[in-house]
Amino acid sequence: MTVSDLDPRLVVDQPGLAGAWAGLRRRLAQGELGPLPVIIGIAAIWLIFWIANPNFLTPGNLTNLVLQLAATGTISLGVVLVLLLGEIDLSVGAVSGVTAAVMAVLSVHHGVPGWLAILIGLVAGAAIGAFQGFWVTRFRIPAFVVTLAGLLAWTGALLAVLGDTGTVNITDPTIIGLANTFFIPLAAWLLALLVAAAYAAAKLLERRRRVAAGLPTPPLRLIVSRVVILAAAVFAAAAVLAADRGLPLALLIFAGLVVLVGLLITRTRFGRHVLAVGGNAEAARRAGIRVNNVRLVVYTLASSLAAAGGILAASRLFAVSQSSGASDTLLNAIAAAVIGGTSLWGGRGSAYSALLGGLVIFSISNGMDLLGVQSSTKFIVTGAVLLLAATVDALSRRGREAAGRV
Amino acid sequence: MPTPAPLLELNKISKRFGGVQALTDVDFSAERHQVTALVGDNGAGKSTLVKIISGIVAADSGTYRFEDRIVRVDSPQAAAALGIATIYQDLALSDNLDVVANLFLGREEVGGVGLLDETDMEQQATKVLTRLAVRIPSVRTQVASLSGGQRQSVAIARSMLGKPTMVVLDEPTAALGVAQTAQVLDLIRRLRDQGLAVVVISHNLADVFAIADVIVVLWLGRQVAVLDAKQTNSEEVVAAITGANVGDRLPAEVSEP
Repeated sequence: MTVSDLDPRLVVDQPGLAGAWAGLRRRLAQGELGPLPVIIGIAAIWLIFWIANPNFLTPGNLTNLVLQLAATGTISLGVVLVLLLGEIDLSVGAVSGVTAAVMAVLSVHHGVPGWLAILIGLVAGAAIGAFQGFWVTRFRIPAFVVTLAGLLAWTGALLAVLGDTGTVNITDPTIIGLANTFFIPLAAWLLALLVAAAYAAAKLLERRRRVAAGLPTPPLRLIVSRVVILAAAVFAAAAVLAADRGLPLALLIFAGLVVLVGLLITRTRFGRHVLAVGGNAEAARRAGIRVNNVRLVVYTLASSLAAAGGILAASRLFAVSQSSGASDTLLNAIAAAVIGGTSLWGGRGSAYSALLGGLVIFSISNGMDLLGVQSSTKFIVTGAVLLLAATVDALSRRGREAAGRV
Repeated sequence: MPTPAPLLELNKISKRFGGVQALTDVDFSAERHQVTALVGDNGAGKSTLVKIISGIVAADSGTYRFEDRIVRVDSPQAAAALGIATIYQDLALSDNLDVVANLFLGREEVGGVGLLDETDMEQQATKVLTRLAVRIPSVRTQVASLSGGQRQSVAIARSMLGKPTMVVLDEPTAALGVAQTAQVLDLIRRLRDQGLAVVVISHNLADVFAIADVIVVLWLGRQVAVLDAKQTNSEEVVAAITGANVGDRLPAEVSEP
């Protein structure tokens, strides 16, 4: 149909591997970086820490890294959604703390069963998010201010819920099990196999549908190479986990949420609307999208995910204290999303940036812990990495502008 | 034999914004298989008239007939339901989405399990773009990387998915270069040839003469001329736009600008 004999600047990828390679180089030049910089970053960080301390790349330590990542990574998933709108939620750390506290107090002081306490904690998160989202959309106050007010108020609420003792130690096996359950190594292998097979099946099915519909299709070799790369990654992860305690339930929860939010963003109407609002809210409004409803739902989801992250963190630490969700939780969650490649300007990003960016943040933190670095240095290094990631985001945006892709 | 009524017929439309009488007793009609150009100087009331046609503002008085029935068009949705598609100057496309996503924005096709049916949408997008002979590198290109003419074409193609009977274009060539303008004018001719009633607002008389069948001139909120594009020339149109030879036909209070 419309294949161009037009402007060479507009040419899309030609078929074949050579075309894919040329397309990759063009995207790099124009600031369409994708996950490549952060993957290279993770490899570099791991190499440096491995040279400094060979214990860094042991199965035991990598499993610990994953456990550290799961809670904040889950919170970061919500931040990704808000960033896609081009907005920010500063309350996620405090929300993770107060909802975990609600769960812990219900379980410990009121004898509520573990599963019900978890559910109530999640519902409390959703309610908080809906409230903040309502305030942002109804009164048109910048999200920055509303969620900053939330940060203060929910921190206060955390102290109030915890009461005089300031710490609640969790004993309920269901709650503790979330972050402390490991499935046998075989489960890790089976899951890796399942993931690789599902990905391959989805890609092949999509290709078959496109062929049937007479649409241009990617070359089979490209699909095969993608499946091979993904399979290598998940089987490597399975090997690491199998060599230690097995497949952690916390990782299963986090990775499952990443995939779900990823599908939500890229494959559903709602996700399409989130991207549209983040890209051009006026265009979205004129296309009949109820922009404020989309924003309200996103804030609700963000706080719900923050609650889920807070509950995972409480489970891992067996307790909720006055410092739960405080200080670096919020910063790490936002930093992970941005480092992972979700744009601060809205409309561009991916659920997988919470995973990849989280790996960067927690690799640095874990590696410096192994080296016995002082926390003053850790803060400075993490801040520098965040600034670097935001700079990459800004530069790639400039590259897009230069290429006419604002 | 009486000629069939026009698709759209507005009679004695008036609209006042506070102290400004934007439109006074304006008659306007548009027919299938015709391009009607709406011209006039800044402040002549073109935009207000288009907003009334597309339901963004309601007229203070006058009748709005569509397909020979009097209708109430008090919202953009009401106009869309009649089959009127309006394409604005600022296009309103999402730069971060690809062409398919923009075409189907707000009316995405969803498959059996609640996931987007990308294959079906891409197929339909390809069809409508082919039918309009729109040339873009790929339907999966991000809109941000398209040229102005291609963006305009995508915006027009998007309005076609609603299967309208009438299309209103506000300054479709205002920001375009020469080649891109030609591309969009071609597209407008194709819309007419496919039987649509096309209304084009333009400042550019060269464009107007290139595509219009009928030229309607507004001057200070009044309709001062309806000209057959083949029988008139730009001197006559310019004279009407500037109000040079219509003063005698108007009441005294508006002939003094």
